[in-house]
Amino acid sequence: MPEGPGEDIARRPWASIVGDPGGTSLVGLLLAAAVAVPILNQLVPASSSFHVSTYLLTLIGKYLCYAMLAMAVDLVWGYCGILSLGHAAFFTLGGYAMGMYLMRQIGVRGVYGDPVLPDFMVFLNWDKLPWFWYGFNHFWFAMLMVVLVPALLALVFGWLAFRSRVTGVYLSIMTQALSYAMMLAFFRNDMGFGGNNGFTDFKDLLGFDLHKDSTRVVLFVATAVALAAAYLACRAITASRAGRVIRAIRDAESRTRFLGYRVESYKLWTFVFSAVLAGIAGALYVPQVGIINPSEFAPINSIEVVIWVAVGGRGTLIGAVAGAVLVNYAKTFFTGALPEVWLYALGSMFVLTTLFLPRGIMGLIPRASNAR
Amino acid sequence: MIEPLPPELLRGTILELTNLTVSFDGFKALNALSLKVEAGELRCIIGPNGAGKTTMMDVVTGKTRPDHGSAFFGKINLLELSEPEIAQAGIGRKFQKPTVFERLTVFENLELSLWGDKRFLKALLARLSRAQSDHIRDVLEVIGLTGQRAMLAGALSHGQKQWLEIGMLLMQEPDVLLVDEPVAGMTPQETERTAELLLSLKAEHTVIVVEHDMDFVRSIARVVTVLHEGRVLAEGDMDQVQNDQRVIEVYLGE
Repeated sequence: MPEGPGEDIARRPWASIVGDPGGTSLVGLLLAAAVAVPILNQLVPASSSFHVSTYLLTLIGKYLCYAMLAMAVDLVWGYCGILSLGHAAFFTLGGYAMGMYLMRQIGVRGVYGDPVLPDFMVFLNWDKLPWFWYGFNHFWFAMLMVVLVPALLALVFGWLAFRSRVTGVYLSIMTQALSYAMMLAFFRNDMGFGGNNGFTDFKDLLGFDLHKDSTRVVLFVATAVALAAAYLACRAITASRAGRVIRAIRDAESRTRFLGYRVESYKLWTFVFSAVLAGIAGALYVPQVGIINPSEFAPINSIEVVIWVAVGGRGTLIGAVAGAVLVNYAKTFFTGALPEVWLYALGSMFVLTTLFLPRGIMGLIPRASNAR
Repeated sequence: MIEPLPPELLRGTILELTNLTVSFDGFKALNALSLKVEAGELRCIIGPNGAGKTTMMDVVTGKTRPDHGSAFFGKINLLELSEPEIAQAGIGRKFQKPTVFERLTVFENLELSLWGDKRFLKALLARLSRAQSDHIRDVLEVIGLTGQRAMLAGALSHGQKQWLEIGMLLMQEPDVLLVDEPVAGMTPQETERTAELLLSLKAEHTVIVVEHDMDFVRSIARVVTVLHEGRVLAEGDMDQVQNDQRVIEVYLGE
């Protein structure tokens, strides 16, 4: 008797990983890059045309962080139908948690040479560390916060919003307001997060000098591996029965409720997981770009992520990755060559995708266009 | 989690609505409506537009809360339960407009409708057991969609979508099935097929059908309840009801 692919996956969930050529290619490509790029950077001499410069390596590392953020947005928007315009908030909070650890690592090497207080606190004449900075001198504690802080914010926000059955454009506006409110709060000096300057001038991470090429290579490898792991986790969710429930909620929410599913809790867990992914992406981003400040919370950042996902193809995890990398490559190109054109290019990319490629770039690939 | 009704309760009256009143801005959609349905019955409910048929279903499924009255499913007080809890307790509802998950396959639509633990973490790790897979196969057979199992539900014809939705209700092994206008927009062949399907379901399930199509009602129902202005106007077999003077007045507007 013929069986549909869905039927096979329903019986043997691991078939979701095996029978996923696009995902296998993505994970393979990321792991290959994690091995090849360090070799091309460290062992191939700079004179060779195969040499990957540290600049390029860091740039790709940044794109991969964006790809992870895009995947997080795709999971809630493309699969669950929640258009979040506030994911930059989770990304930035993860970044700040990492930044707090990096600031504590500076120690006496700061401009004011205070062993405990970061420079901006000395500058503000604070005499002791605020309580919420405790623990951030430990790497493990900072990593825990990278996960917990975005998760907690998503949990509280999502619990309130989904329980009240706020959906559609109202929810999108609320997520946008959330991110904007965070930005305003973090701009204030007395919040204790460095005001509009944020954190920068980082020295080292776990004792490794952040300005050394070898440290940058390790950060790149960590990012590639994290993105591969994030893909596998997202794929495991979307191919599970829970993943099919999430898509069912997207397409017919009240029907799903009548089948006995607690729609609110499905939305909530998906949202929280997505926020955690965004937080991890932010934590990997900060040591590579060397700065974090409140402008990362800006509404435009969240909207850009939505454009990446739309261009790549929402509802396909690979599309989110492809969209993030392509649009950001275009951004790097345009802001270098024709900076005044960039925003128009971004806008027209979104309009053209919406009009002619409703399923994004992935819609152009016949196999992938079966993606639902 | 709410357990399904024990078998001993599945005899006698399964659904009992007493003095239900629902008003929307002063308009009484239900006006002291009382109705009893026996287990294993196939009951048709008819009535002109605005008679309260849909509101009655909304109350039974927990979508609307009444201002007065009571609604019991066996010994379970329906007014104390949420929509998902009522679904879990064993009352399934088919909407007027077919709502299936268009971007999932027919098979996946039925899989999501399986009776069982519906919590996120359980669904994350859920695997289809042999018994569940057989159950899906049986239901595919009953609704006549075995050949369409791997198709996206959005690609089905209107009639097929209605049957798929009935199949989705059957997956939950409900004691009571509420079916809202199942043959609206169907071809005569599809209507006939639907009548057979609903008749095959009674006895094992209690089926309550809301319908406008009198020929269809005549072909399936033994007991017909006529609603008018939020209350029961008449009840009996089709001939009694059709010869009832009040019913004729309401329908013919005399």
